[in-house]
Amino acid sequence: MAIMNMLQALNSALDTMMARDSSVVLMGEDVGYFGGVFRVTEGLQRKYGEHRVLDSPIAEGGIVATAIGMAVHGLRPVAEIQFADYIYPAYDQIVSELARLRYRSGGDFFAPVTIRTPCGGGIRGGQTHSQSPEAVFAHVCGLKVVMPSNPYDAKGLLITAIEDEDPVIFLEPKRLYNGPFYGDPEKPAQPWNDHPKGEVPEGYYTVPIGQAEIAREGRAVTIVTYGTMVHVAQAAAHTAGIDAEIIDVRSIVPLDLATLTESVKKTGRCIVVHEATGFGGFGGELVASIQEACFWHLEAPILRVAGWDTPYPHAFEWEYFPGPARIIAALKSVMEAS
Amino acid sequence: MTTKSRLHVPKAHARPGETPDFSYVQISPAGAVARPEINAPAGDIADLANSMVRVLDEEHRAIGPWHPHLDPGELQIGLRHMLLTRLYDNRMQRMQRQGKISFYMRAYGEEAVSVAQCMALRPTDMLFPAYRNQGLQITRGRPLEALMCQALSNTRDMCKGRQLPVMYHWKEGNLFTQSGNLATQFPQAVGWAMAAAIKGEDRLAASWLGEGSTAEADFHYALLFAAVYQAPVILNITNNQWAISTFQGFAGGEQRSFAARGGGYGLPGIRVDGNDFLATYAVTTWAAERARNGHGPTLVELVTYRGGAHSTSDDPSRYRPKDDYELWPLGDPIERLKQHLIRLGEWSDERHATLEAELEQHVTDSWKRATSYGTLTEGPRLDPDLLFEDVFKEMPEHLKRQQAQLRALRG
Ligand SMILES: Cc1ncc(C[n+]2csc(CCOP(=O)(O)OP(=O)(O)O)c2C)c(N)n1
Ligand SMILES: [Mg+2]
Repeated sequence: MAIMNMLQALNSALDTMMARDSSVVLMGEDVGYFGGVFRVTEGLQRKYGEHRVLDSPIAEGGIVATAIGMAVHGLRPVAEIQFADYIYPAYDQIVSELARLRYRSGGDFFAPVTIRTPCGGGIRGGQTHSQSPEAVFAHVCGLKVVMPSNPYDAKGLLITAIEDEDPVIFLEPKRLYNGPFYGDPEKPAQPWNDHPKGEVPEGYYTVPIGQAEIAREGRAVTIVTYGTMVHVAQAAAHTAGIDAEIIDVRSIVPLDLATLTESVKKTGRCIVVHEATGFGGFGGELVASIQEACFWHLEAPILRVAGWDTPYPHAFEWEYFPGPARIIAALKSVMEAS
Repeated sequence: MTTKSRLHVPKAHARPGETPDFSYVQISPAGAVARPEINAPAGDIADLANSMVRVLDEEHRAIGPWHPHLDPGELQIGLRHMLLTRLYDNRMQRMQRQGKISFYMRAYGEEAVSVAQCMALRPTDMLFPAYRNQGLQITRGRPLEALMCQALSNTRDMCKGRQLPVMYHWKEGNLFTQSGNLATQFPQAVGWAMAAAIKGEDRLAASWLGEGSTAEADFHYALLFAAVYQAPVILNITNNQWAISTFQGFAGGEQRSFAARGGGYGLPGIRVDGNDFLATYAVTTWAAERARNGHGPTLVELVTYRGGAHSTSDDPSRYRPKDDYELWPLGDPIERLKQHLIRLGEWSDERHATLEAELEQHVTDSWKRATSYGTLTEGPRLDPDLLFEDVFKEMPEHLKRQQAQLRALRG
């Protein structure tokens, strides 16, 4: 075991897989010589050579398209899109091609591509360095979509994603790269050192795609969340003195509904929290699925806490961010209903 | 796999610890390239994409057919705009270091691109800039204070706090709103120019992007639509050799010049020394005359160098030699125009120092006024109600509800 931040854990996952499997190749803007703008691929080109860690032209559509071609020919490309906000030029290749090769060819062709991309706000990135597009991809049949909330899961899930025979959109909440974030930007940043999930095995291990994790056990209410909001929700529940059970969804597609519904049946109350815009967001899917399975166990309507239905503004970053105050208000509201 | 791989991987001219080698940059002598008529068909002037239009020679004289014969007063104005751009940039970079703004990007070393090109266009022409074209704003007379207020996201911010610093716009000045997403403006400028043609106007559009951004599909849409409809547009590639850590070879610059991409679409490409104020001005004038007289679009490659870091989030010493810019063969655009003016007897080191002090003071005064309207961390703040405005023209009910919710939360 070693203490790693999320960047190091992701780097270690890539390193582990490149060492084990010579078909794993990395590609993306600035990922090679420089090691990526967030330094996730640091040192890997030096170690594995320029033919396995490729600097790409600035063409996200081209990156994903060529990754598909490589994957069809037996490689396992891990493509980095520098920011999730810049994934849209690749949208057609992801939605019309990557997601459906297997289906349209009757299972004969497939492309095991992993697309890694930093998402989420909280770093003063303004409207083009802050987006959380998980719902956009969750709605596309044939893509797996994951979002880890800590270094241990990040490494284990990335290894699983690379080994997966289906395409995986791997969303990395960039606010968590260097430490957990509890929702108060005024407080000094904390490192991963003191967090149990900052302990990461050096070698190979996996975290399964399709399994949620109970981040905190509780009896009063279930908070279903993922990414940065896992930590913010914990802080909020703590501040409010509410014995919340916090579930880290981790895998958005496929969704581990059993873990969610088991918890909600136990607590009878639930809120869903994500950073992305609420309207048409993944929270809607979560609420609907939970409600279908748990209606007769619910003591209160399931509430959503999400980013406002606006772009992510630079100056109002913290007004936009669905922070502890909004989570606490929702918690109180579902606790008071009877 | 590594040993048997036959894949070609472009190589940077030099990496940290190595000696910069700019022999890959094809440079024509000043005055050597012919200036074709503005109605010359693209096929007849393909050479312009492979040579380099230059006017200023090693002795700081202006020579050859592209000499624009600007009067010294105009040159002094160009020098002033370039110097102001540089001093503004330097101040903003320092303010970012002091935590007053969140982010900044300088145009250090490529100031002539925006300033000379803007001076060659008319104020009625519509400009679609990239993020390193602050010189366009300055040349069109935007007060620094307005630019600073944007960078500060303060109560006078033209973007109402919604954009990262440097993402300006200026409706009255015919400067389009900037995007963080690379290359999107290029085909939009073509569409604007198509509209100007449809309406029978005498206006043209110009757009800029970096050589790295030419990789995006939007670049190719722009060239295709511009060529098909012969739109009155000038499409400018600022080839500053780098796209963050990635050198121009990865954008396709290793095989052919960027200007040569025009030929494939049937529109003329012209390569110019982007650090030569006079050549840049002359080439832009030529392209503008073509567009205004119904001879269609031009692709311009401005060869220059990104003298500083990509942005305040970047550290170029990790991927390029420290002395790269010092050895860049096309020099510094401000220094070159200054030396030319001195040679003409229209400038001196003393006048330059006086101008610099005056502009520095102007930057200081502007900053003082701008910060009185608030900074990211202190002073008056924009009203958070604004967060919900301009998503749509009329605010729908769900946003009104959210606005009320946020108001209640803030107490
Ligand atoms: C669609 C998109 N992809 C990636 C990025 C991230 N990015 C911002 S600037 C940049 C480099 C651009 O280089 P170039 O076009 O040469 O312009 P320069 O910075 O040299 O002026 C990259 C990759 C982005 N902003 N938009
Ligand atoms: Mg560039």
